[in-house]
Amino acid sequence: MENTVIKSKNFNAYFGDNHVVKNVNIEIPKNHVIAVMGPSGCGKTTYLRCINRMHELIPGATSNGEMDLNGENVYDMHPIFVRLKIGMVFQRPNPFPNLSIHDNVIAGYKLNGIKLHKDDRERIVEHSLKRVALWNEVKDSLTKKGSFLSGGQQQRLCIARAVAMEPEVLLFDEPTSALDPISTSTVEELFHELKTNYTLIIVTHNMQQAARVSDRTAFFYMGELVEYDDTKQMFTNPKDSRTQNYITGRFS
Amino acid sequence: MTQFESDMQAVRTELINMWELVYLQLSKAKESLINFDKDLAREVVQKEKRVNAYELKIDRDCENIFALFCPVAVDLRFLLAVLKINNNLERIGDIADGIAKYIVDSPIKYDRSMLETAEVIRMFDDSLDILKDTRVAFENENTLLARTIFSRDEVLDDINRKADQEIAKYIQSNPQNINEALSTLSIIRKLERVGDQSKNIAEEIIFYIEAKVLKHFKSS
Repeated sequence: MENTVIKSKNFNAYFGDNHVVKNVNIEIPKNHVIAVMGPSGCGKTTYLRCINRMHELIPGATSNGEMDLNGENVYDMHPIFVRLKIGMVFQRPNPFPNLSIHDNVIAGYKLNGIKLHKDDRERIVEHSLKRVALWNEVKDSLTKKGSFLSGGQQQRLCIARAVAMEPEVLLFDEPTSALDPISTSTVEELFHELKTNYTLIIVTHNMQQAARVSDRTAFFYMGELVEYDDTKQMFTNPKDSRTQNYITGRFS
Repeated sequence: MTQFESDMQAVRTELINMWELVYLQLSKAKESLINFDKDLAREVVQKEKRVNAYELKIDRDCENIFALFCPVAVDLRFLLAVLKINNNLERIGDIADGIAKYIVDSPIKYDRSMLETAEVIRMFDDSLDILKDTRVAFENENTLLARTIFSRDEVLDDINRKADQEIAKYIQSNPQNINEALSTLSIIRKLERVGDQSKNIAEEIIFYIEAKVLKHFKSS
């Protein structure tokens, strides 16, 4: 596949003896939105956390196989570098409660001990908040704590924090499941904007969200990648009967 | 059965009931023409309202399912096919109604020999068979049967192509029956369209079951 950013080859992940991601082969193209869906316990979140090496932070968690970022195995890179290149946004908005909105955006730099010139700092803050369509809402209250924002704004602040590090890939683990429909719609609209600069991989339980926001969809079931195809194809004529049963709600 | 499955089943049942009603309408239009039965023709005209009511109900039920359940994959294809089949059946209902109106308005009985020479009765029989088989194909999800409709529609097209000449010959030898002869030509045109509508329906059945779009492809 042309312009592949992430490529998994015979990738497996385990919790102790429990084989949770089984021999996954997938190629993710640059500047695309990829939705990852499947029933609870199918291994989709574990797979997502393997992409930026967060899986290994859990005691007893192991993995094998290849997980390439631009042709280089992330497991041969320094994990901090991997997480700089592959940012992550979680289910619940988690801005640092004791930091201001401004400092939340550049938290990645601060925590990694990267010193920024004041002009660069202000530029990164403004640029990142504009990228997530939050600038106009918070530009006059940058010194306020991030936790004062609404749920949807907090989630966009977390995306701005990830974007500030200029990653190549952004991982989202059910990013709107804690948000109301209006905030969800704002974040979904943001995905369309963000893909011009980044590659987005989104784990979601919401099939309609997968259909709305993604270019390609991966369906996981019992640790296996059952089907990975163009989203329109997947939602009109899935090839595998397990995918069809899942998306039409006929899973027993 | 979930609410979604039950709603989908209800739409399916309504469509099949409509199919049977439209078949009956066309069948009665044929009988009324052959037997010059004006009462039966009036019954067809009156029952056209029921066909229209089915169309509106099925449209509304599909809209509700789209809005409430956001169907995908085979369910989405099924509902899209139902909407289009519904529309085609309603038009066949209109055709039966149109033919029945000719009988109601005609002062004299249609000449049986003209109906046979121009193959109108055969067209009726073929149209009814095709219409019935589209329903059977839908009910049994039988795309092989649906595919037979394409070549059977061509038989109707052939009869329609030859009809001008046959009717012209008849008018020359029976100038006193010119109005009935011209109405017969219109009936032939209408029956030819039943073949076209049935072909559209067959395409929708194949789309729903196999996810293949045959529309605007030359059938083999």
